[in-house]
Amino acid sequence: MIPRAVLSGGKRQGAAGVLAAAGATRAMTTVLGIMLFLTVVAGALGLAALGAAKRLDRRLANRVTVQLVDGNPQARDKAAAAALAALRTHSGVARADPVPEAELRRLLRPWLGSDAAGDTGADALPVPAMIDADLSDPAALPAVRASVLAAAPGARLDAQASWMAPVARVLDMSVALAALMMALTTAATLAVAALSVRSGLDAHRATIEVMHMLGSTDHQVARLFQRRAGADALLGGGIGGLAGLAVAWAAGRQLGETGSELLGDATLSAWQWLVLACLPPLFAGLAALAAWRAVLADLRRTL
Amino acid sequence: MARKGLPEDLSEPRSIVQFDQVSLRYGGGPETLSDISFALGPGAFRFLTGASGAGKTSLLKLLYLAQRPSRGTIRLFGEEAVTVPRDRLPGFRRRIGVVFQDFRLVPHLSTWDNIALPLRVAGLAESEIVAPVEEMLAWVGLTDRSQARPATLSGGEQQRVAIARAVVARPELLVADEPTGNVDADMAERLMQLFDALNRLGTTVVVATHDLHLIGRIPQAEVMRLARGRLLDPAGLHRHPVPVGA
Repeated sequence: MIPRAVLSGGKRQGAAGVLAAAGATRAMTTVLGIMLFLTVVAGALGLAALGAAKRLDRRLANRVTVQLVDGNPQARDKAAAAALAALRTHSGVARADPVPEAELRRLLRPWLGSDAAGDTGADALPVPAMIDADLSDPAALPAVRASVLAAAPGARLDAQASWMAPVARVLDMSVALAALMMALTTAATLAVAALSVRSGLDAHRATIEVMHMLGSTDHQVARLFQRRAGADALLGGGIGGLAGLAVAWAAGRQLGETGSELLGDATLSAWQWLVLACLPPLFAGLAALAAWRAVLADLRRTL
Repeated sequence: MARKGLPEDLSEPRSIVQFDQVSLRYGGGPETLSDISFALGPGAFRFLTGASGAGKTSLLKLLYLAQRPSRGTIRLFGEEAVTVPRDRLPGFRRRIGVVFQDFRLVPHLSTWDNIALPLRVAGLAESEIVAPVEEMLAWVGLTDRSQARPATLSGGEQQRVAIARAVVARPELLVADEPTGNVDADMAERLMQLFDALNRLGTTVVVATHDLHLIGRIPQAEVMRLARGRLLDPAGLHRHPVPVGA
């Protein structure tokens, strides 16, 4: 292995080395910085969407809502009590709780106004009775539905997963899109690294020939390029990655401040931040590997 | 018994260099070298002379394994060197010091680091590199230019760096292409003394040159003349040669 001193120019000399920084390597640093910025932002989007989709799925997969609509409050309350009893006695139901009327009116207030939905006065609109229930097994839904309808024939039972399915699909699509963007930027990064190395090989052809004549092995020469490519990628990727992390953090804060349950779920956990932070060194490693392979492939064509 | 194509007196069992019916052709062109056969034992000193275009540089390229011959066999240090796999070539090359006609110094390295390069390539520790490099710098008179880059050196200084780099690792075979072409007479004398000293330590030396005056400075040296790609004196002349075509 050639000691680091060959790269650095040795203890007698300062920064210049066998492979002086050429324009192509500086361009690679810049391009990799941009690539890493995009990759980290795409990764943050994908991980946040993935987390939100999982939490949404976990929350909704087993949840059903029973709605009882009747203009007569007494009949409505009687049917609600019968439905609640049927749910609580069914083996396929883990939990069943009525939604308080005050809570329902609070939810309706933004749409109907405080006069209609804000109190229980004579002018107030009648609101349906609602029961939230969690199934112990989603497969129990048909049996639970039959049991509720037997107890309260006018009841309407909705699985939340069905009406939130479009939202779940959007989240799944966001995850797939982010994964595609990451795959494309990774491929572009490898291509940039390989192109940069080929350009460096052309620029340093005479030096490489001399090193060969002095007895350097292909691996020694490849290691010089590998180190240079890895260092450039780490520098550019580090800066781009940090910028990407900063943007992701700022976006996460904005989402958290919306107060939305769904958007609030789209934040990153500690391990997800760690995954994003690992992207720059991972890309530097990939760039170094691409450089290694490109140099060895090129050198094999020489004597 | 002599091998086919090689004169009996050239078939040395312990040859450092042994060419047998070697020819070289670049692409589809005519043969640059034809039927070259000679052998050099340990401690030989051979000048290679000939007119421009006679094939001196091509023969040296075969010697330091920058080219493979079109036909024939080359043995270096007792081993077949033509069909050897690529990954074994560095092992051969580390035993050969080369002074290129165009110097081929690494432009981004200082004089000191250019001279140190063969030792670093060979994997020596930094502590083992300092003494031989300093010694070489003193020998070629460039101690005060140790931090200079090649671009700031004169042609003669660059040539001295190239020579110091070629000999710093004490190669078993030293190949030099016009090594004194850019230095004054005094420096040429000193450099030939360096080659002579290395040769007396056992290094086999091959020097391609136009300068017939150089040849007389090394009493033990022999001369091989090349003309139109053919070797006129495979066994080497132990006398001042008559220039080909003179």
